[in-house]
Amino acid sequence: MGKKKNTNKRVNRYNYWGYVFLIPFIAVYIVFQLIPLVTTVYNSFFEHYREGLMEIGPNFIGLGNYIATFQSPDLWVYAKNTMIMWVMGFIPQIVISLILAAWFSDNRMRIKGSRFFKTVIYLPNLIMASAFSMLFFALFSDGGPINYMLMDMGLLAKPFKFLSHIWSARTLIATMNFLMWFGNTTILLMAGMMGIDSSLYEAAEVDGATSTQRFFRITLPVLKPILVYVAITSLIGGLQMFDVPQILTDGKGEPMRSSMTLIMYLNKWLYSKNLGRGGALSVLMFIITGILSLIVFKMSGYNDED
Amino acid sequence: MKKRVVSLIMVAALAASMFAGCGKKEAAETSSEGKVLNIQCWNDEFRGFFEQHYEGYEKIDDASGKIGDVTVKWTETPSKDNAYQENLDRVLKNQESAKADDKVDLFLVEADYALKYVDTDYVLPVADIGITEDDTKNMYQYTKDIVTDSKGVLKGVSWQACPGILFYNRDIATEVLGSDDPETVQEAVKDWDTFTATADKMKAAGYKMTSTVNDTYRTYSNNVSGKWVQDGKLVIDDNLMKWVDDSKKMVDAETTVGTSELWSDDWNKGMFTENAVFCYFGPAWLINFCMHGEEDGSVAKAGKWGGCVGPQSFYWGGTWLCAAAGTDNADLVKDIMYKFSCDEAVLKALVEDNDQFANNKPVMNEMAKSDYTSKVMGGQNPLPMYCEGAEKVDLSNLSAYDQGCNEEFQNAMKNYFDGNASKEEALELFYKAISEKYPAVELPE
Repeated sequence: MGKKKNTNKRVNRYNYWGYVFLIPFIAVYIVFQLIPLVTTVYNSFFEHYREGLMEIGPNFIGLGNYIATFQSPDLWVYAKNTMIMWVMGFIPQIVISLILAAWFSDNRMRIKGSRFFKTVIYLPNLIMASAFSMLFFALFSDGGPINYMLMDMGLLAKPFKFLSHIWSARTLIATMNFLMWFGNTTILLMAGMMGIDSSLYEAAEVDGATSTQRFFRITLPVLKPILVYVAITSLIGGLQMFDVPQILTDGKGEPMRSSMTLIMYLNKWLYSKNLGRGGALSVLMFIITGILSLIVFKMSGYNDED
Repeated sequence: MKKRVVSLIMVAALAASMFAGCGKKEAAETSSEGKVLNIQCWNDEFRGFFEQHYEGYEKIDDASGKIGDVTVKWTETPSKDNAYQENLDRVLKNQESAKADDKVDLFLVEADYALKYVDTDYVLPVADIGITEDDTKNMYQYTKDIVTDSKGVLKGVSWQACPGILFYNRDIATEVLGSDDPETVQEAVKDWDTFTATADKMKAAGYKMTSTVNDTYRTYSNNVSGKWVQDGKLVIDDNLMKWVDDSKKMVDAETTVGTSELWSDDWNKGMFTENAVFCYFGPAWLINFCMHGEEDGSVAKAGKWGGCVGPQSFYWGGTWLCAAAGTDNADLVKDIMYKFSCDEAVLKALVEDNDQFANNKPVMNEMAKSDYTSKVMGGQNPLPMYCEGAEKVDLSNLSAYDQGCNEEFQNAMKNYFDGNASKEEALELFYKAISEKYPAVELPE
């Protein structure tokens, strides 16, 4: 009895140290996450901005900022831009990733140096998005190397202004997002495919299924939960698309703001330090992202009822 | 017990790493002068002049140096997206609570927003640090007006005056216009209609007139008839709409390389012989700061630039030195400000070595008549043109909205030039951007 009590005490003492070690994280979380989150919600109910050194507000205006945000057509335009660019990047991303994952996880193909390629396709994700955008900005500028190459090959008579046309600018952004994220998706899908019971494939082979049939009849259906997970996490990331278009278009979302995303729009309120309008937009984004995350959470079966 | 000691040490280590960098040895201050001189700037231009012309300055690296036993620290924050001003707002507000070694001692401002700082107590009056009215009497009046606060107190000084001229490529002028003589060229660019006609001639000969439509912007925007914001309402001046129309014509006629931003790579290319364009607009600092005079293949190194007044006179930019209130290096700050605005030897050196136009009327008038010539400009003496231009600088239409409005106007119109929007749509975009930057400004209609 006495001995057990002693052990409990010792366990408690160690628990105590556990809390001590948690302090740095909790402190950082409260200071850099929780407080900003709560103040953002709070600020979204006030008219509060600066003009030069003149400060206007804070005046409580209730839902005024939300109403203004919904009333201006901008919100929908930028939401549409964001979605267009996300879809443009996501479709090639999921297709290429599926193909690569199927090849890499297929035991019969035995691709030589698959470890090497798995590493290589992940590499673009390790580059900072801003550095990657700067690189593309330089490559595709009006007098940049891509234009010179195309002109040298005789494909173009004069430089094509990639960043001055709506669809070429959007395509560049989508391409960069695709390049940065397809490696990540491939690895996720591969993990899912390797978890599929190989006896299913063997049985299918015995029955004479072709490899196409095996992919569409076995791999895809079993992989569905992971595909949905990949799609929704990518959608959450897509909604928050910022760094790539911000750097590539110099924060302007040119041409005619057709490549301006929601978060870039949020960033526009920084100049006048408009905490109210910026806050309202952030809260809206928070709610949407929250709902999407809940779906993922439910789907992944983390809920207690299961 | 042993484990407990280990955990304690680990916690201590964690805690220590969190606070690392905060702890700094408190320098024992024996003299009244601080040990660190902090200078805030947005590019390396002044630092370059300082390294070259301030006696006793030993450069350590690009961000620091030494004067005697005082360490000089340069903090460079780019102007873009207001970053410089935001940083300056922050450090000036913390000035009182900052440690002596961290206090800002000297900072640089531009004309567009000088008043924002000058009209506060964060800046020391020039007289307070020991520069007398007699010292500043030879400066161009406009350089003093920009940094005079609402009570009439002078709070900053500059080494330069920035009247702008048109720089043209001598080789192209000779080939197309028959002569590289400033008078001949001036005749071909004397007003905007002639300018456009000459641009067509350039195109026929295979050259572009300008590097981007934004090259001419300052010249138009300096010659407006009113401020950007009048009685709380946004006003687009007729001369700016003329810039839009003239520029659109040039883009459509392909007499300008494109619509790239100033300072961009595409803009810079025309400074080199290989991709040379006919002309650039700018004040004297364009030579030392943008023309790549040190680099092989640049037009500047070959000394092939010429200068003439151009279609309209204008001014552009300029840098002023302000002493921060609360500085702990008052004597040194005074000496720097004095040397770089009143000391004739330094000013002359700036003209001779760096192609500057210095802020001292008698000295400039004298040098304008002397046999001084600029190497970059193929042996031309540009000072008479600057002297004349400096007298014409008119600040009556300067306002606190200039930087934001000019930037957004150029951005929005680029869409019109590129054919992505009609003129009306581009104007709508401009209004939208203004409503984001200045929510209180009333928009037209």
